[in-house]
Amino acid sequence: MKEYWKKYFVLRKHNTQVALKKASKSKMCYLFLLPYALLFTLFYVAPVVISIFYSFTYYNILESPRFIGLQNYISLILEDDIFLIGLKNTFLIAVVTGPLGYIMSFLFAWLINELPRWVRSVAVVVFYAPSIAGNCYVIFSVFFRGDAYGYVNAFLMNLGIIDKPVLWFINPDYMLPICMLVILWMSLGTGFLSFVAGLQGVDRSQFEAGYMDGIKNRWQELWYITLPNMKPMLMFGAVMSITQAFGVCDVTMALCGYPSTDYAARTIVTHLFDYGFTRFEMGYACAIATILFLIMILCNKAIQSLLRRVGT
Amino acid sequence: MSKKKKQETVEAVYHKKLIKRRKPNRSIAGDFFLYLFLVLVAVVMAFPIVYAVSNALKPLDELFRFPPKILAQNPTMDNFSDLFVTMGKSWVSFSRYLFNTVFITFAGTFGHLIVASMGAFVLAKYDFPGNRTFFKLVTVAMMFTGYVTQIPNYLILNKLGWIDTYWSIIIPAFASPMGLFLMKQFMEGLPTSLIEAAQIDGASVWKVFTGIVMPNVKPAWMTLIIFSVQGLWNNKASTFIYSEEKKTLVYAMQQIQSGGIARTGQGAAVLVVLMVVPIAIFIFSESQILETMASSGLKD
Repeated sequence: MKEYWKKYFVLRKHNTQVALKKASKSKMCYLFLLPYALLFTLFYVAPVVISIFYSFTYYNILESPRFIGLQNYISLILEDDIFLIGLKNTFLIAVVTGPLGYIMSFLFAWLINELPRWVRSVAVVVFYAPSIAGNCYVIFSVFFRGDAYGYVNAFLMNLGIIDKPVLWFINPDYMLPICMLVILWMSLGTGFLSFVAGLQGVDRSQFEAGYMDGIKNRWQELWYITLPNMKPMLMFGAVMSITQAFGVCDVTMALCGYPSTDYAARTIVTHLFDYGFTRFEMGYACAIATILFLIMILCNKAIQSLLRRVGT
Repeated sequence: MSKKKKQETVEAVYHKKLIKRRKPNRSIAGDFFLYLFLVLVAVVMAFPIVYAVSNALKPLDELFRFPPKILAQNPTMDNFSDLFVTMGKSWVSFSRYLFNTVFITFAGTFGHLIVASMGAFVLAKYDFPGNRTFFKLVTVAMMFTGYVTQIPNYLILNKLGWIDTYWSIIIPAFASPMGLFLMKQFMEGLPTSLIEAAQIDGASVWKVFTGIVMPNVKPAWMTLIIFSVQGLWNNKASTFIYSEEKKTLVYAMQQIQSGGIARTGQGAAVLVVLMVVPIAIFIFSESQILETMASSGLKD
């Protein structure tokens, strides 16, 4: 055993020496990476570490942080009913819009793939525009206005389905479904572009080989040829949809108000804003952020290991 | 140039063939229904945007007409000029909000492009200890949204003394992981022999970067620009900036819209100003962006 450890340490020493030698040879590379690495550490790595650290403390900016152990997490899960509503809403939105948006992105990318070039370019703009149209989603508050002048209300009343206007963004029953609809409208984002580009890159001779081997219809072609070729893009798209699905807050805040009636449209992120920037309970807010962080990372890892099996 | 053209013509011929002689394993009914479905969805997707634009072009009496018309009957630019005229007299004029947003977007995008390209260049083309670990860290960073880091970011920016300055929005934007990721993936597609040849000729790393790599990755520039602009142009920035005269367009839009019925026309106009820039950039650089996105896959 001793012999083994000795060997191990010699090996490690040798490896680090080689690495150091290499490192000193490529000083220029580090110099190039330095600006990005510095900013990245400052604004992406350090915040996560700080957030985990503060989540174990009581901190309200004015007083210095006081260590309170797991108290924040305990009160979040056991005492904070509103957080649980937020958690439930976030999961509901993520479970509906995440997979659906992902499938839509792929489906539309795949369908427009065979169109002639100029039609395809127009189609990409039409489908992608909602996700980069900034705050265009507030236009939905005009469509779903609460009085009889709102288009949806007027339309449904003319058809006789409802006899008095529905308060779409004030009635808790309708808030989430409408928000989901709006999020789905905007869900053809970066992942969609990645799919469109990836589908263009699939080797055409593989399809021809497929005809020879007796692939009967487009669905078989999709499963046996296209999907396996698209795996890296599928992974990338999944990362994009998951982060988007769990980070929902803009749409619910803009449409349902902040805070919304009965907290029916509260998500984890709105809860985070509430405690972070309204009540300045930084320790508590950091605990929320840490939970969100863990959910996102774990979900991403789970989906990636799932996607690795596509087409095999 | 001629090579590219040749390729295009080859592709054009291929497409013509496709239309004449359809793929052997497609059913006509299937094609018909799929494309009908596609057209319907496209109409639904485009409708809110078309409606927003036409709303901004409607004169006031048309905005309040009931039942409303979807397209403006007598389009005017009144709402847009109103933005500058009526809002020009308010405490912080509309042009100031516009300037703030333009400045933040421009500075943030410019810095992001340079910083991220420099990092991506060495990550893609040189092998040094820590290379792979760092890149992995960046891909992990893409997996959580900016919201997770917002509160610690506030504390950090506070320590740096950047709260309530433009820098609190601009500098963090430099380090966006998405840009580095896309740039690095695209740069990996460049032939290494190109760089080696330059180095044998005695070019320094800096010279290789500015003279050879950057001009060859122009499509990726556009991609970084669109993602950065999209993020910054729509940045509400109200948590890090609290002086009224430094606030951004999105914030102004929310103020105008909460102004009620009297501001309906201006609200519609601001909405269009906000969405037209990212969409215009995308339309002009679509083919380059798609070229970059082709190498966006996550391999492991």
